[in-house]
Amino acid sequence: MPELNLSAVLPELLLAVAGMLLLILGVFRGNSGTRLVLWLTVAIFAVAFVIILGSIGRNEVALGGLFVADAFGDFMKLLALIGSAVTLIMSLRFIEREDMARFEFPVLILFATLGMLLMISANDLLSLYMGLELQSLSLYVVAAFRRDHLRSSEAGLKYFVLGALSSGMLLYGMSMIYGFAGTTSFEALAGLMAQKVAAGDAPPIGLVVGLVFLSAGLAFKISAVPFHMWTPDVYEGAPTPVTAFFATAPKVAAMALIVRVMIEPFGDLLAQWQQIIWFISLASMVLGAVAAIAQTNIKRLMAYSSIGHIGYALVGLAAGTEEGVRGILLYLTIYIFMNLGTFACILCMRQKDVMVEGIDDLKGLSKTHPLMAFALAAFMFSMAGIPPLAGFFGKLYIFLAAIEAGLYYLAVLGVVASVVGAFYYLRIVKLMYFDEPAEAFDRPIGREMSLILTGSTVVVLLLIIVLGPLLDGTAMAAASLFEG
Amino acid sequence: MTGWPLLSTITFLPLAGALIILLIGRHEDEAVVAKNARYMALWTSFVTFIVSLFLWTEFDRGTADFQFVEKVDWIPAFNISYHMGVDGISMMFVLLSTLLTPLCVLASWDAIQSRVKEYMVAFLVLETLMVGMFCALDLVVFYIFFEGVLIPMFLIIGIWGGGRRVYAAFKFFLYTLLGSVLMLLAILAMYFDAGTTDIPTLLAHGFPASMQTWLWLAFFASFAVKIPMWPVHTWLPDAHVEAPTAGSVILAGVLLKMGGYGFLRFSLPMMPLASDFFAPFVFTLSVVAVIYTSLVALAQEDMKKLIAYSSVAHMGFVTIGIFVANQQGIEGAIFQMLSHGVVSAALFLIVGVVYDRLHTRLIARYDGLVERMPAYALVFMIFMLASVGLPGTSGFVGEFLVLVGAFQVNTWVALLAATGMVLGAAYMLYLYRRVIFGKMTKDDLKAILDMNWREQAVFAPLVVLVFWMGIYPASFIDVMSLSVERLVENYQLALATSEGPLFAGLWPSR
Repeated sequence: MPELNLSAVLPELLLAVAGMLLLILGVFRGNSGTRLVLWLTVAIFAVAFVIILGSIGRNEVALGGLFVADAFGDFMKLLALIGSAVTLIMSLRFIEREDMARFEFPVLILFATLGMLLMISANDLLSLYMGLELQSLSLYVVAAFRRDHLRSSEAGLKYFVLGALSSGMLLYGMSMIYGFAGTTSFEALAGLMAQKVAAGDAPPIGLVVGLVFLSAGLAFKISAVPFHMWTPDVYEGAPTPVTAFFATAPKVAAMALIVRVMIEPFGDLLAQWQQIIWFISLASMVLGAVAAIAQTNIKRLMAYSSIGHIGYALVGLAAGTEEGVRGILLYLTIYIFMNLGTFACILCMRQKDVMVEGIDDLKGLSKTHPLMAFALAAFMFSMAGIPPLAGFFGKLYIFLAAIEAGLYYLAVLGVVASVVGAFYYLRIVKLMYFDEPAEAFDRPIGREMSLILTGSTVVVLLLIIVLGPLLDGTAMAAASLFEG
Repeated sequence: MTGWPLLSTITFLPLAGALIILLIGRHEDEAVVAKNARYMALWTSFVTFIVSLFLWTEFDRGTADFQFVEKVDWIPAFNISYHMGVDGISMMFVLLSTLLTPLCVLASWDAIQSRVKEYMVAFLVLETLMVGMFCALDLVVFYIFFEGVLIPMFLIIGIWGGGRRVYAAFKFFLYTLLGSVLMLLAILAMYFDAGTTDIPTLLAHGFPASMQTWLWLAFFASFAVKIPMWPVHTWLPDAHVEAPTAGSVILAGVLLKMGGYGFLRFSLPMMPLASDFFAPFVFTLSVVAVIYTSLVALAQEDMKKLIAYSSVAHMGFVTIGIFVANQQGIEGAIFQMLSHGVVSAALFLIVGVVYDRLHTRLIARYDGLVERMPAYALVFMIFMLASVGLPGTSGFVGEFLVLVGAFQVNTWVALLAATGMVLGAAYMLYLYRRVIFGKMTKDDLKAILDMNWREQAVFAPLVVLVFWMGIYPASFIDVMSLSVERLVENYQLALATSEGPLFAGLWPSR
């Protein structure tokens, strides 16, 4: 029996303790302390980031085998922390303006992030479920955070009902797996599968059924087609900074989870799950590209865009190889920065002190806010996958893995879908650059917003230069998933 | 060669200029910003051109190897490096790009009045990408430049274009993107077969016959759209008509050549078996393009559209020349591309001259211009005849060499392509008669002014080039002949040592 090994869980412990302390602080200071709690939360994220960065390359098991800290998990955790911290900073102005400035907001984000870190490091079906639920419960609440707003409440409720359904499917799948395998530990499951494969036996059918349910439940969390229905409504209804949060950190965490579950315990069942992932990947790419064309609300558009991006990332998983995982890591890294930047722009879309969300409101942005238009155009071209911007390299390595694994049809259909998808990204560029300006957005956008926008634009434009080291990092992370 | 990275200098000098324009463009007064941007763009592109002339003087005409080579590791994990170099095939395309950019800046001097700063930045970025594409010796680097061109061109057509600019910009972007993403997959497949994306290594690699067919088709999807071949040429007339004059110049002058260059650099040497197999298919499409688009050009009422269709016809000659795969054919194809780069660019500039005055491109709106604009009529005539292929002008040499090459391979192809030359004469002379000759009846033409010194300065180098290329083509053919010779040798060698593409192994087996 592995021991407790608390040092491996240090960042998570830090987050948990800090979360409780901040909650107490918030209760004493009331809503006037929101700003303080928020900045403290960001500081905690920064500390956790530094701790994880300092211990990168480790490969330890902790908490009696429930928790694994490896390079893959650390890489994903860093991304999730960046996503959480930056969205918190972006939300500051918004929550103060829109009367959402309650101290629970940063604390809930902190607990959601804790849930993410736990699920990224899950080494057992039970700890997987614990982490996932901690994250999901916090997310349900922040989605409905503007409880006096009809759409926000609707989003929260819808998310909760569908999320509960997916959790049910997940649990059902887990119980099937436990029933047929007799264990919930990833390592034991992996050993069992390897035995079966070595003996030339087919895995028990009940276990495969369980695996299917498990994949369906996880597909809900990453909002892959055909389990994507909640995404556009929740994205549209939730307060914009919350949408930005949904689009970044939880996506990374859920993606890390599905990759780990498929590769670690069930890596030997590749033949069984590959076709499932193949299908949801293709369906997500196609639906993400086609359905976004008709959208007029930019948050809904981003919802479909994120469905499409998840489809591309899943191509790497469908390959089931180390190259594939490496592609996913690179893709998600780029995805996070593109989304943070785009949502920073969306948060700046205010006319006469009212948030606007129509994509037509972006008309003529290049004349009224040239720098913002330039940044958003860079994100759009990057999301469409046009070199030399960052998004191209994400797609390049994903399709590299697909070709290597012989998934030719998926690769061809995927790139064709990316051309269809390019249309709606271009439409935003067209609105900003080709059309005459409508009403200008409010100024100033705030120093922290300019900083975030500049930072993400620089990443998207100049990633091409640091690609070599970044790829080495992803290679190390991907290798750690396959060596155990 | 000296250690100075000449190619990188030429490639990134315009980009540096673009950054400077962005940085200095913070002045309050918009007229000052526009003026600064114009002069900065002109000087940058002019200096780039001067620097690129070193390529011409320093280029060693006695070898077929890549010259001015630079190589820096970029992504060691995937064996991808920043590798630049030129040989006889690519060198003159670099010069064509650096020559046309300053002319474009000059041609846009007065024509572009809104968002001048952004316009000049877009053109300089475009120049970087074009030059980089012709110099790249790594497939991934090539692809990045090749595809990156879409962004500035999309903006140029969409922001400064004519009435249907949005439609044209989208059509241009999506057509080309669809073609090139398939090529990207082919590049990845090549990487897994050869373990590298280094072009000189790949040239010597020898891909298995069954793979070549698919690779060829994927590359064809990209280059056929770009060059463009019938029936995927329909984006070209739209893009040309809607783009601003300088945009059309770059589009016709350089961007179309990217397709032909791609065939020469990749399809022919890397997939010789497939090229040989598909050559009749290419001939068919090219002959259709030559005859059909010439007939279509005859019926056009818009000057730019007419020249756009004539471009498709001329590019039909290029594809014939490339795929007959003998010395004359390929030299003719390259020569034809260079000549077309000069001539069609000049023709679009010529249309731009009268468009700037009357803001219409309809042929019916003009007549008898020779009465008011004698200099214009002369310049127009020179380029019109060059486009027709009159001996003594650049157009003749390319078409003649292509026909000589084609005649050795397939007399029917040569015969049908030659009819295209006759039709070409028909539509160009018809255009010239309607616009320049006849009696001046339109009232608003009576006050039209002849070209000013700036416009004449734009045409002067192009006129010199057209005659130089037509009268003494040897100075250009010397540059390319050794590279072409090696290309043809390797091609024939590959064909001789194989039994043709195998269709049994076409479908990937897992």
